[in-house]
Amino acid sequence: MSDKDLNKDKLSGPAQPLSENRNAREERDGNASAETSNDFVRRIAEQKYQFGFTTDVHTEVIDRGLNEDVVRLISQKKGEPDWLLQFRLEAFRYWQSQEQPSWGHLRLPDIDYQDISYYADPTARKADGPKTLDDIDPEVMKTFDKLGIPLEERLALSGTAVDAVMDSVSVKTTFKERLSERGIIFCSISEAVREYPDLVRQYLGSVVPYRDNYFAALNSAVFSDGSFVYIPKNTRCPMELSTYFRINARNTGQFERTLIVCDEGSYVSYLEGCTAPMRDENQLHAAIVEIVVLDNAKVKYSTVQNWYPGDSEGRGGVLNLVTKRGHLRGRNSRLSWTQVETGSAITWKYPSCVLSGDGSQAEFYSVAVTNNHQQADTGTKMIHLGRNTRSTIISKGISAGHSENSYRGLVRVGRHADGARNYSSCDSLLFGNLCGAHTFPYMDVQNPTATAEHEATTSKINEDQLLYCNQRGISTEDAVGLIVNGYAKDVLNKLPMEFAVEAQKLLQVSLEGTVG
Amino acid sequence: MKANEIVATPLSPRRGGGDEASQYIDLYASQRELICSGSAPVMNAVRDAAMQQFAAQGFPTLKEERYRYTDVAVAFAPDYGLNLSRVRIPVNPREVFRCDVPNLSTDLVYLVNDQPLLEKPIPYVSSLRQACIDHPDIVAKYYNKCASVIPSLSEKGPGGEVLLNTAFAQDGLFVHVPRGERMNHPLQVINILRSPVDMMVNRRVLIVLEEGAEATILLCDHAMDTVSFLTTQVIEVFCADRSRLDLYELEETHTSCRRFSNLQMTVGSDCVVSHNSITLYNGLTRNTADVALTGERSEITMNGCVVADKNQHVDNNTLIDHIAPSCTSRELYKCVADDEAVSAFAGRILVRKDAQKTSSKETNNNLCATDTARIYTQPMLEIYADDVQCSHGSTVGVLDQQALFYMQQRGIAEAEARLLLKNAFVGQVIEQVRLQPLRDRLHHLIDKRFRGELNKCTGCALCEPHPQPLSEGRGA
Repeated sequence: MSDKDLNKDKLSGPAQPLSENRNAREERDGNASAETSNDFVRRIAEQKYQFGFTTDVHTEVIDRGLNEDVVRLISQKKGEPDWLLQFRLEAFRYWQSQEQPSWGHLRLPDIDYQDISYYADPTARKADGPKTLDDIDPEVMKTFDKLGIPLEERLALSGTAVDAVMDSVSVKTTFKERLSERGIIFCSISEAVREYPDLVRQYLGSVVPYRDNYFAALNSAVFSDGSFVYIPKNTRCPMELSTYFRINARNTGQFERTLIVCDEGSYVSYLEGCTAPMRDENQLHAAIVEIVVLDNAKVKYSTVQNWYPGDSEGRGGVLNLVTKRGHLRGRNSRLSWTQVETGSAITWKYPSCVLSGDGSQAEFYSVAVTNNHQQADTGTKMIHLGRNTRSTIISKGISAGHSENSYRGLVRVGRHADGARNYSSCDSLLFGNLCGAHTFPYMDVQNPTATAEHEATTSKINEDQLLYCNQRGISTEDAVGLIVNGYAKDVLNKLPMEFAVEAQKLLQVSLEGTVG
Repeated sequence: MKANEIVATPLSPRRGGGDEASQYIDLYASQRELICSGSAPVMNAVRDAAMQQFAAQGFPTLKEERYRYTDVAVAFAPDYGLNLSRVRIPVNPREVFRCDVPNLSTDLVYLVNDQPLLEKPIPYVSSLRQACIDHPDIVAKYYNKCASVIPSLSEKGPGGEVLLNTAFAQDGLFVHVPRGERMNHPLQVINILRSPVDMMVNRRVLIVLEEGAEATILLCDHAMDTVSFLTTQVIEVFCADRSRLDLYELEETHTSCRRFSNLQMTVGSDCVVSHNSITLYNGLTRNTADVALTGERSEITMNGCVVADKNQHVDNNTLIDHIAPSCTSRELYKCVADDEAVSAFAGRILVRKDAQKTSSKETNNNLCATDTARIYTQPMLEIYADDVQCSHGSTVGVLDQQALFYMQQRGIAEAEARLLLKNAFVGQVIEQVRLQPLRDRLHHLIDKRFRGELNKCTGCALCEPHPQPLSEGRGA
């Protein structure tokens, strides 16, 4: 095969989705011939945040402000046992003694924690919550339709079970029955507190204690809802579990708490996707995700985060201040984080792994895109405690506009982590000279048999590649899409199929209009 | 030594970072006259402001990003004496020190603590105090100005240890190479720490290279007595357009020495500058190097090599600030940590918005030899320009098992093979040294260091009185 053919082959792969997109759109517009790809790109670039709508649902919101009474009220509204109330109160008292951290490479606005309502319940009108699909507020259903979540039978085709979280209370959990046949628990955390208190009590706060950091303490005090997953021993979860988070009521912070426990020899793949409606004020999102992986178990956690990033002037947008951590307790346990971060005004997020089981393996794959005035300080922590533990970090940052994009990662190898291995690679791509791309890796090694490697590069988009595409009649916008998707391929490949498609589109839409 | 004005206040119990600072504030308040009388007006002019700022901010704490690996306050807490009344300490450096570099013709300057001993006049070199009298305008133009020229430093202000140095420094070295001139020989500055009691030394070095000037400067730190020393050193370097500078720093002291060295350098356009920092033997060392590339097309190479064992602590913190476009920076730091040593490296490369066409590469490799040694590495890139090529890499690892095996197969004992590999590991940094004789000497010193024989040169009195025997070099 000649060189030319080879190049053709390389090109034809990634070019495919582009033309598909265009075709789909043209069909809908009924104007197939008139629209060129440039028009399409321009239209998308000018397009306002399309998920920025507000659903008019009756919501029971408690008054703004935060004090012990609010914590007690939240606990009471959810009918929680005393131990959980005590947990919340301890967290709240600790939170009061702390100051908001400022070490990130971020300009974090002053958050008035007393100006936020800490609880909103979209199902409050109905005494016992919805029992069937018909019980769900039609407005809520419409919201999910707009978001493209197939909550009904369509789900069966896609084989996904969705635990939809709207504001704070789980609205509806699908496929619960099918999962429960295998003993898999997939429900809201409030339900889990009622139904499986022992399990929740055993694991809640064991990976991210409330003393972990300022936002973890806040979440532990006021968390409203979230998902709970328990995979029993030697069970392979037959479908991908998925939750959709969405901030709805005005000025209510979303404080979800996710707890995933994967018992010995089991496997689960968990998806989380985010969209939030358009708001002018910053919305606070301080979630906690805890994952426990026992002997020979494997967990795959994937996120596509597309919260409202603020307008092109940097007004509004979601503050995404999240603590995510997995504890690889068992021998040969495995955990893989994959994240695609395109939204939020500020992202402060370090999905981490504590590798305490011997032979455990952890992976972190991340694509973070920032545009306009977005700021992201994201990365991971790999804490090697067990013997022969391995971790891989692949991080791809893309910054455009006036944005700031930082990778911050820690690799720590403890004294007893013989034979630990880490490989980290983080690349940054810059569009324009008004943005920043930064890398802050930390390594802390205390074992003579451990190997840790880190490498990073920063560059702008390759002119040669652009020229090559242009020469072959691919417009600059399309070429950027192609190159960026190629650049992020290592990470996108790790996403489950449904997410990969969405993520690819997201990357393209997020970056259009940045070159040329 | 009794005649000396060894001034010290009793050490008060530790409360946060405030008390360590207060003993220096009190000392300055009571001895200000004495300090000034032992120095020169140009240096005295900036003291009060520095002390005022120090009183306001105190020592940096571990919570500050640039100081997270070294507790400055603890190092400054003990009660040290200061030679404020400038008593000449009787020493004949030629008698005590003969370990110069063979086959290298150098101009030698001895600095006993902070006082230069110039046996014969060396062109372009003088004591800082003398320079203040001879060329007050030149010194005033550059002295204590670096921090305000480097934007990243002026943003945050200098650290507490730099302010203390400015407040207490009475003398030091001044090198001024006028336009288009070059030094005939490399300048070798031998710093000898000498005192019968625990001593704090504040040394100041000011290097000014005017347009097109060239210089090679080698700074060696040695400690002659076994008492505890605390040295603060501030080296300010101004490289005007088209100048060339090779600066080498070698530390070979002992385990009760604490060294806080701050290099602040500004580089004009079309310069070629290199900085090599080699820590062979020390107690606690904190080297800060801040370089601002303010002119176009300049090239900077920064190399470092650390060999640490026992409970030695070495913290290298560098910043290369690319302000102007089209500059090149190359940074390579290597470290071997044995026993309970702690080695930290934090290198930040900052590429500002207008610094397009920057090419930057930062590498940090480490060997961690025991499970009690600890390595921290933090290579950072902060980039605001889009047309740049920047990369960094860092590794922490073990000796190549295959190479070890290969050598053993060929009859080389394991211990010897390990030694060879370790030598080769840090040899990469030594190879960057441009002076051939110095390079050979460093290879020799490094080899002896790994064999644990650094104190067995018997060439001079300096090597004899080490308080504790050196380890036999693990695996050797």
